[in-house]
Amino acid sequence: MAKRAASRADRIGLRAAMADRLLPFMVAAMSFLAALALAGSIAASALATHWLSGAQGLITIEVPNPGQPVAANGPRRADAVLTLLQATPGLADAHVLSRQSLATLLKPWLGAAASDGTLPIALPAVIVAHSRTATPDPATLDAKLAGIAPGTLVESGASWAARLEALTDSLRASAAAVLVIVALVAASVVAVAVRAGLAQRREAIEIIHGLGALDSDIANQFARRAMRLAATGGLIGALVALPVLVWLGRLSASFVASAPSINTNPASALASALPPLLWASPVLFTVATALIGWVAAQATVRGWLKQLT
Amino acid sequence: MIRFSHVGLNYRRTAQAGGIVSRHADATALDDIDFDIPEGGFRWLTGPSGAGKTSLLKLMYLAIHPTNGRIDLLGTDTAKLDRRGTALLRRRIGVVYQDFRLLRHLTAYDNVALPMRLARRKEAHVRADVTELLRWVGLAGRLDHRPDELSGGEQQRVAIARAVITRPSLLLADEPTGNLDDDQAERLMHLITSLNRLGTTVIVATHNLGLVARHPAPVMELEAGRMVRHG
Repeated sequence: MAKRAASRADRIGLRAAMADRLLPFMVAAMSFLAALALAGSIAASALATHWLSGAQGLITIEVPNPGQPVAANGPRRADAVLTLLQATPGLADAHVLSRQSLATLLKPWLGAAASDGTLPIALPAVIVAHSRTATPDPATLDAKLAGIAPGTLVESGASWAARLEALTDSLRASAAAVLVIVALVAASVVAVAVRAGLAQRREAIEIIHGLGALDSDIANQFARRAMRLAATGGLIGALVALPVLVWLGRLSASFVASAPSINTNPASALASALPPLLWASPVLFTVATALIGWVAAQATVRGWLKQLT
Repeated sequence: MIRFSHVGLNYRRTAQAGGIVSRHADATALDDIDFDIPEGGFRWLTGPSGAGKTSLLKLMYLAIHPTNGRIDLLGTDTAKLDRRGTALLRRRIGVVYQDFRLLRHLTAYDNVALPMRLARRKEAHVRADVTELLRWVGLAGRLDHRPDELSGGEQQRVAIARAVITRPSLLLADEPTGNLDDDQAERLMHLITSLNRLGTTVIVATHNLGLVARHPAPVMELEAGRMVRHG
């Protein structure tokens, strides 16, 4: 009776077919690559968000010869520029960096001379402001400031942020393209395995077809098998990718975190090593590869069956 | 009701030599076949080898399409059937193939159960009907044997059981007694005539004129693809 039950579940002998034994391993490799691509996309987004939050809206103004008056009995150049910036709509928090802050920033390049006043050149005053909106336009502001204090330089974080955003978008698009290619390759692998199975079981399929099996009866037999094998591969690939992703996540944490981690609980530290989407990747990839297996097998079998009357 | 109206069938002949496939003129397998068989009718199909008996049966079990003419099977114009309709009509036709066409990886029980399972019959009904029919054809102790573990005669009985398990509206048999001894052949004819009495239309292709003589019924005789006798 056990023999009968086994063959009932395997009406056209798919379990005996050799062609699809490698399928889970090939899909696992695809799943592993897809997990890396997804992680790359998420990491690029996180890095961009972190870096953009600092750079976006920041305007730096350098005023050379800050102590000189703008005209006879006029205010100092630095004060005149600061006053104009504070009165400019759309700008906030305009302030001159203190000598100590400036010295700290320059110390890596200029050494102790940056702070002890022994530099042979006069340092410019550095004013930092935050732009709340797209205005003022850096070029317009530059012209206005040059009118008051010639030689003043305006550097906007917006243009750098735009370039970073473009880079992030292209990285995300590349990752999406990799995911699509990996999905297509996985579908092709399933299709090849199914075609091999069809060729091997051609006689049996012709007999079952002749007995009145619908195309769906035959396609479902293959699709169920392909779905199980592909899902197994998807799960294996995603599980194998997880430790690699955790390792990469820890490596990249220093680029993203604004403060050193104070999480001393190992379980919590592990949980926070990856974003929730990547922790969910074994489930997501199992479902996605199952779907790919089902659809690819259905399309392959139904196309193949058209050659039968 | 089965009706063939001016049915013709040509096979395209191809030959391969030195890797080159050449096509030749079509070979005529059946020419202007015209007959009616009423519902519940019984016909012997006879004729020498190559006369077109198997081709005629293939047209009736929808394995091939005619080159011309019209075929109505069980009240349906077969030219108007889509794939699903063709499959569903096939389920109403039982076929005993000359070469048995059993699934080698399935047991005798599962081979016979296949048409019932395709028709989504309940497994309890499948078990009862298959066991009973295999017992009736003398294979009660061979249910779990695969075809390669059975003799030619036993395989033929499995093929016959598979063809009749769903009590088809049309039963087509191509040399069904070829591998059976006289006793088994008579038991088979008893089964076929019983099904015929219950309303199944039956067409049996055979070379065995003794069998035809013992079971008198109208004869369709083919010769070189043409129907030379019907009645």
